[in-house]
Amino acid sequence: MQQGHQTWVFQNKPAILATAVVGGPFEAEGPLAEDFDLLHGDLWLGQDSYEKAEKKMLEEACEAAIRKAGLQKQDIQFFLGGDLMNQIISSSFAARTLAVPFLGLYGACSTSMEGLALASLIVDSRAGRNVLCGTSSHNSAAEKQYRYPTEYGSQKPPTAQWTVTAAGAALLDREGDGPKVTSATIGRVVDMGVSDPFNMGGAMAPAAVDTITAHFRDLGVAARDYDLIATGDLGKVGYKIARDLLKKHNPAIPDEIFTDCGLLIYGEDQPAVLAGGSGCGCSASVVYGHIMNRLNKGELKKVLIVATGALLSPLSYQQKESIPCIAHAVSIESNKP
Amino acid sequence: MSDKKRKKLTPVQQEYQTFARAREPGRPVLFNCLKAFLVGGGICFLGQGVQDFFLWNFDFTEKTAGDPTVAVMVLLAVILTVAGVYDHIAQWAGAGTAVPVTGFANSMAASAMEHRTEGFVLGVGGKMFKLAGSVIVFGVFAAFIIGLLKTGIAMLGGF
Repeated sequence: MQQGHQTWVFQNKPAILATAVVGGPFEAEGPLAEDFDLLHGDLWLGQDSYEKAEKKMLEEACEAAIRKAGLQKQDIQFFLGGDLMNQIISSSFAARTLAVPFLGLYGACSTSMEGLALASLIVDSRAGRNVLCGTSSHNSAAEKQYRYPTEYGSQKPPTAQWTVTAAGAALLDREGDGPKVTSATIGRVVDMGVSDPFNMGGAMAPAAVDTITAHFRDLGVAARDYDLIATGDLGKVGYKIARDLLKKHNPAIPDEIFTDCGLLIYGEDQPAVLAGGSGCGCSASVVYGHIMNRLNKGELKKVLIVATGALLSPLSYQQKESIPCIAHAVSIESNKP
Repeated sequence: MSDKKRKKLTPVQQEYQTFARAREPGRPVLFNCLKAFLVGGGICFLGQGVQDFFLWNFDFTEKTAGDPTVAVMVLLAVILTVAGVYDHIAQWAGAGTAVPVTGFANSMAASAMEHRTEGFVLGVGGKMFKLAGSVIVFGVFAAFIIGLLKTGIAMLGGF
């Protein structure tokens, strides 16, 4: 049911039956390694190309989520997937393997919550049962497509981020033992004229702030109603900007409950990541792994995840366009008392 | 960002950009310049050493020793690229490793490696000059113009 301008409240509270997260070698060295279902030591995953490796990861995440829920592929009614690759081939090819009715999405790094919001809508409105949503990203595949060849000697500025090599999937149904999705706020595209593809955080922060503000306004809630508010991949720079923008314009979010998935996934001993993690796999792996585990343990009761995406293409950048961004917010509640 | 670009932004956007820029990590410009200078100079020093090696030990003149020297430098850059080490050096050194001929060799080797998965013709062959292509185009064009100028001035009785 719609509430306010751009928010859906899910009266029937779809349950997240199971989630699964697959990661790469860099993520295995990070602080959240224990929250991954599967970690690969090789960036190629034994495949012929980075793109095929990304597809394999998404397949693995989807199949693991289905298995953890005690179901079979045939039980899944809809699959919503998206990724960073041109024509979202990772998701399309994973959907081919799953052989489930497929809806392809593109929200750049906000795809995880875009998928979760839509999957929840389908389940909540009784339009489907056992709906799977997933997304993935691969560091080398993203670098190859969006920036420079991976072995090219270009120096990245300190505002640049590191695309996470990971895939995350979540399976939803009407009822079940798992955290509940309670609402979703769909973001609008915000463009503050930032045009540096090596500073995604600076480009995406306004979109995150816009969606968070809309969410609080539509539902009449405040930051303190949540135990944790996490943005998808703003990184060090974007997080700082968003936090200060929120303080300046209200509503301010207390530092102890405001965090960013791009900051959580890598440790201080991984300086190569510069400003932090990014990519569809960033928010997906942190939310469907680490945060979901904390919800299941009852450590967190109510969380708001605001996945942020930069909607540029290599071509738009070469044509001197700025970077339009978007952020989608989904609130999840633990079912533990 | 240049003023021309900034003027195309709305006041709100300009205000935001100032706000955002104040929250970016500072860049140690002086230290970066020093690193680039040392590494760039170091590579050139190495090149000089290679050239001297060919001059002293073989039958090359100063002019002809340039050929094997460049070949050795290209080979070194390609080996480092293939070993996955060149980009790590570049992240530290910055502009220092972008100097030709090592930077040029790295850009071609990196592109060729990356696109092996698309086959030899369209992938390796077609994409090898992805980064180096514009260097070749503008280099040749500039040489052409300079050549014309030199010939023209010579014909007019100049140097």
